Amino acid sequence: MKMRFAVLWSILLAALLVVSMSFPAGAQGAKTIKIGVIGPMKFVQGTGHWNGALMAADEINAKGGIQVGDEKMKIELVQADSNEFNSVTDATNAMERLVTRDKVDFVVGGFRSEAVFPMQDIAMEHKRIFIDCGASHNELCSRVAQNYDKYKYFFRESPFNSSMLARTSFIHLAYVADIMKKELNIPKIKVAVVAEKAMWADAFTKTAEMVVTQQGMELAGIWRPSAVATDVSAELSAIQRSGAHIIFTIFSSSVGIPFARQAGELKIPAVQVGINVEAQKDSFWQATQGKGDYAFTSSTFCRGVENNGNTKAFVEGYVKRFGETPSYTAATYGAIKYGLVPSIEKTGTLDPDKIVAFLENYEHKNADSTIKYMKDSEGKPLHDITWGPGYATGIAVQWQNGKQVGVWPYKWKLTPNSPAVTYKGIVPYKIPPWVIEKYKK
Amino acid sequence: MGLLIDIVMSGLINGSILALLAIGFSLIFGVARIVNFAHTAFYMVAAYCIYVVTQLMGWHAVWGMIAAVLVVTLLGMITYRFLINPIREHEGAVLIATIALAMILQEVMSLFFTGTYLSVPALIEGYAVILTVKVFYQQILSFGAALAILAALYFFLMKTKVGLAIRSTAQDREVANLMGINEARVAMLTMGLSVGLAGFAGAVVVPLTVLEPGMWTGPLIMMMAVVVLGGLGSLKGSFIGAYILGFAEALVVFLAPMGAFLKGPVALCIMILVLLMRPEGLFGVSFEEER
Repeated sequence: MKMRFAVLWSILLAALLVVSMSFPAGAQGAKTIKIGVIGPMKFVQGTGHWNGALMAADEINAKGGIQVGDEKMKIELVQADSNEFNSVTDATNAMERLVTRDKVDFVVGGFRSEAVFPMQDIAMEHKRIFIDCGASHNELCSRVAQNYDKYKYFFRESPFNSSMLARTSFIHLAYVADIMKKELNIPKIKVAVVAEKAMWADAFTKTAEMVVTQQGMELAGIWRPSAVATDVSAELSAIQRSGAHIIFTIFSSSVGIPFARQAGELKIPAVQVGINVEAQKDSFWQATQGKGDYAFTSSTFCRGVENNGNTKAFVEGYVKRFGETPSYTAATYGAIKYGLVPSIEKTGTLDPDKIVAFLENYEHKNADSTIKYMKDSEGKPLHDITWGPGYATGIAVQWQNGKQVGVWPYKWKLTPNSPAVTYKGIVPYKIPPWVIEKYKK
Repeated sequence: MGLLIDIVMSGLINGSILALLAIGFSLIFGVARIVNFAHTAFYMVAAYCIYVVTQLMGWHAVWGMIAAVLVVTLLGMITYRFLINPIREHEGAVLIATIALAMILQEVMSLFFTGTYLSVPALIEGYAVILTVKVFYQQILSFGAALAILAALYFFLMKTKVGLAIRSTAQDREVANLMGINEARVAMLTMGLSVGLAGFAGAVVVPLTVLEPGMWTGPLIMMMAVVVLGGLGSLKGSFIGAYILGFAEALVVFLAPMGAFLKGPVALCIMILVLLMRPEGLFGVSFEEER
């Protein structure tokens, strides 16, 4: 008899354990607001998503949580590894799990546009507000204007869209070309365009071909290495023979590392300007074995640079806690702290429709810019962020003596009559000494 | 003239790197008929060994090389003993098992080192200017290493008793067994040697590349192209096939810069063309006869 009771109790206990494990952790305690953080968690981009969100949640929870009507609710983060570098299916599964099994109230994150499109569809079907903190494809927000009822729950936080990303890069190109002309007395700058073979870079490359000549420069050639090429010494040799003074880089993948490393080691007499996502990271110095000095790239955050009044506290806090400069995917911090939380508190509800109605008209400062959601030419909401002085402009960084420093905007005028813009902490751009040696007359 | 020099230099360098990887793969197939799809995964493990020794422990790159070759050789022999040997008679199973092993190794590395791109220092820093072309010392080293490896392997296979046993096993496993050669032991030894070569290739090539857990897939495809082009199991064929594809890559980069990303597919097309004309590969039969 005793034995039978023991077995019965064991079965009951096991069943209770299984039942308790079947429910998400948050359901067991006090009421919480669940925010899903989705990104490639084994990669720097995903770590950025998670760390940014973690910082925001901890800061808000330390103050007692979010005021929703009459009650205070704490934030509970749910991590989802999208593994989107390797598999778009993994990404959609992760999003599906967040909204159906974990039943999150909101989602922040996403990185590769190819993966964010299907993730967006899943979130929209379930009417979950999804704030994109990584993908830049214009179409993601065009969908909001085209089919507002379905896609209105989607917002972009970071970076600004591909068109603006390209425009900013061409401004950077003109900025550096001007310095080269003045300091080295080069009458006509020759530009080599080097773009990784990727969908996002195709249109960018075509535009670069036109813009280079429109800006009064000469096109030395276009090279399209594989996005994961590990040896680009042949391309560099050809670029050197072309006589290019500037290499306009369009890299978001690993090719940015061997390119900068080999160009630095071979002392190719041309400066690098453009986008090199790998050069935005602290790990770039190790990855290039210190050969990536003077590499230049568009970026979002840099130690010592203050894009606005919120940047310093965020960057310093992030560096102190995680030991590295935040990547642009860490914009999950701003998405939660400056976007979602005030929207919930002002509306006093978790109703996504009410929050969308508030957030799309809510102009606010996040950690790097002022967010104002755009409308398209017909006045339809895009939920895309406004680019330009006073709003999101991004910054440009350069590696100088092993340290990443901000070099743009530096006395930048959008039009000749616009006021000059220089963010606090920005320093002058430096031409590599071997380039000066080659061209200085 | 400048363009020609560029193509020749680049082709030689590309070819050497491919040859270093392909020789070990070809060796184990030639001897034991094992298609080891994890070959470049061992190369990836060697790369991480060097990273640990040089970057985390702060030791010289030479120690990293030694550690990498030892660790990878041991790992290769253990793999043979416990994973490949029990299913060796089923070639399809070996193929799938080695792919699975490669993916496991990738996940393990991903777990320890995440997906962050890493790098290791060159054994010899800097570059030389050869006929107006800037060439890294490390690239010159890989060219020399490829030649040295081939020479050493030739000497080992032709002039030593163990080499004779390996060649006998490659010719006829059953007869070799009847002659008193422990065929399983020879296969394990060859596996160790083959994987050790992958480790050595990793040690020489890795300073020229980027470390990440998925770094084994790209070289695997090119290495397969090299050995199929040269003739499966033929060391001489692999060596020559590597240089053919190396030159094909260089030609694409220099003659069609807008299509530089096509250097891999073009090399694979050359392989297909050769196979259509000569299905056994360039040296498939002749080398078999030599042995």
